[in-house]
Amino acid sequence: MDFKFELIIIITACLVAVSSSIIGCFLILRKMAMVGDAISHSVLPGIVIAFMLGGKLGSWYLLVGAAVFGIITTFLIEFFNKKGGMQHDATIGVVFTSLFAFGIILVTVYARDVDIDQDCVLYGELDHVAFEEGITMFGQIIPYTIVRLSVMLLCIITMVVMGYRGLFLTTFDPAYAATIGISVMAWHYVLMASVSLSTVLSFGSVGAILVVAFLITPPATAYLLTDKLKQMIFLSVGFGITGSVIGYYFATAIDGATSAAIASVLGMQFILVFVGKMVEKKYFNKVAVTGE
Amino acid sequence: MIAFENIIDFLSLKEANVRYVVLGTILLSIASSVIGCFALLRKRALIVDSISHSILPGVCMGFMISGTKDPLFLLGGAMLTGWLSIYFIDIITRYSKIKADTAIGLNLSVFFAVGILLLTIIQNSGNPNQSGLSDFLFGKAATMVESDLYTFGGMALLVISGVVLFYKQFVLVSFDMNFAKTIGLNIKFYEFILSILTVMAVAIGIQTVGVVLMAAMLITPAATARYWTDNLNKMLVIAALIGALSGIAGAFVSYSYENMPTGPWIVIVFSVIAMLSMVFAPKKGIVSKWLRQKRNSHKMMEDNILKAFYRLGEKEGDFYKKRTVEDLMNLRKFERNKLLTGLKWLSAENTIVHINNTYVLSKKGKAIGERIVKIHRLWELYLKIYLRVADDHVHDDAETIEHIITPELELLLEKQLDYPTEDPHHQKIPYSK
Repeated sequence: MDFKFELIIIITACLVAVSSSIIGCFLILRKMAMVGDAISHSVLPGIVIAFMLGGKLGSWYLLVGAAVFGIITTFLIEFFNKKGGMQHDATIGVVFTSLFAFGIILVTVYARDVDIDQDCVLYGELDHVAFEEGITMFGQIIPYTIVRLSVMLLCIITMVVMGYRGLFLTTFDPAYAATIGISVMAWHYVLMASVSLSTVLSFGSVGAILVVAFLITPPATAYLLTDKLKQMIFLSVGFGITGSVIGYYFATAIDGATSAAIASVLGMQFILVFVGKMVEKKYFNKVAVTGE
Repeated sequence: MIAFENIIDFLSLKEANVRYVVLGTILLSIASSVIGCFALLRKRALIVDSISHSILPGVCMGFMISGTKDPLFLLGGAMLTGWLSIYFIDIITRYSKIKADTAIGLNLSVFFAVGILLLTIIQNSGNPNQSGLSDFLFGKAATMVESDLYTFGGMALLVISGVVLFYKQFVLVSFDMNFAKTIGLNIKFYEFILSILTVMAVAIGIQTVGVVLMAAMLITPAATARYWTDNLNKMLVIAALIGALSGIAGAFVSYSYENMPTGPWIVIVFSVIAMLSMVFAPKKGIVSKWLRQKRNSHKMMEDNILKAFYRLGEKEGDFYKKRTVEDLMNLRKFERNKLLTGLKWLSAENTIVHINNTYVLSKKGKAIGERIVKIHRLWELYLKIYLRVADDHVHDDAETIEHIITPELELLLEKQLDYPTEDPHHQKIPYSK
């Protein structure tokens, strides 16, 4: 296969994986993995409505639509729980299934007018990126998807670097953060907004559901290996990139969807590290016992 | 639009096909709603989501092994991977520092990814039998035929009778683990049975709503039923009814529209019922909670005003003197507007009489005010004697409890304290004769 074709797909996958891995670290440390999952499902109606209003993949309509529905999700979960008195875990389940169902109905009813289908929702079309139009730079055509994902990655890196203190404190010690005047609520919503934006931008390439695997798996794998936030972020970025590269070749080898293959490889990485850790624990425990 | 005859046709169950579909969907919905109640009450609502996503690779594997859509192979695979996901979540949370929500999210997304991978491999392989396999994603009740009804309906009945049969044990395992242990119940065994039934309910339910939305089939009816009752028996029945109703709605959509996925519509019906219940349910609904709050603050305001009248009367030795709004505000920091509305309510109830911008306590009003003051002072004394709270700390607590104490508790307090005459601040405790 054409080398350039391969490169474009791998780069796209890596961009999605890297930005999701960074955000995912904060999600799992804040015990919000399932809220992230809920958001990635429930931005769907926002995306479809944006399409119906004439938006195209990656246009401002979609970003706004997804952000609005991301915030609606966060708000509804809070509202059902606090005002409605519903059990917290049930709230997440009820909210995301309702919004996702609504989105699927919209997709089906307006299938003729809207340029997305159920497959796209589920696992995206990573391979299509290579045939996309783009801007010419250094004598090469760079597809728009890559441009958009790069901008998003830059924004996320800027946010994490500039707001590291705020993110760090509100994650590990919200009470202390509040006393020194850092708004816990504000950082909560910033994070939720970045989850919805990264979902919508990754939507075309990996789909709304598989992006959850990109968000949660590399950080969880990294978390097994370290307790330090900075190390965890770098490790999970590493897992994201290696997973994307291996996953791409895995997909070509077995003729399956690229994004799904990458997510499966990310899962394999987790299993390997998890088992490795278990073995290590056993070995060290033995040493400790004999040492006594 | 749906033609009217369409509805009549559907409801009359004339066609054998419609009968299978309706009966099948109702059974599946009831099975998952009932099992969902246990999942919800055991705080495992999201594990259900993980099970349902994990079922996809199992279904694909069953298809790849058998080469056909034989439901037994598909269900076998589904139950295997569905159960594995519960097992993995358990292992991950037990042997590492990873929290339950991360473990659930990780399992559901990775299992789902493997499922999608297998599904695309099957699609690219060009096996002619594969069409319809993707219906497992969003469900299609209308594809149910007679043999399906026997397989799926039979398994649904199995799940329902399992719950009925082991009802007592499941209740103990879910709510009273310690008691279950002391009477020597085999907890591991019954937890295993419950998890198998859960996986089974999810595996057969995907026929109707598909893997992505299956969680709603279990969680939403249970969460809705919770608004209507605190009794587990009633909760199971209500959840089953909601399940059956939505099942019929889903079957109808499937019947009326050729290409419409059933699952999303069933979920929407569920969600609408859930939201209506959340707002309007008696006792637990938002409206009734709001009304109750309003009534409580209404009563507290009235109590406080009458108390102020009483204390003014106590100070000046004349309970039935005319008071102005200013008199009351000098004694206690009322908000002027709220005080004026409160006075209006009280006049309507004849506890006070309004005469040219002044207010006079009536006999009835005095009795109420006196009682509130009495309870307040009794409680202060109680806190001092029995809980050894300092004199200057007892007031705030008494200020809230005075509105809540019932006549029975009042009698008990009097007895316990042996009809005292003075509170910790040496104020007289009034007894009405």
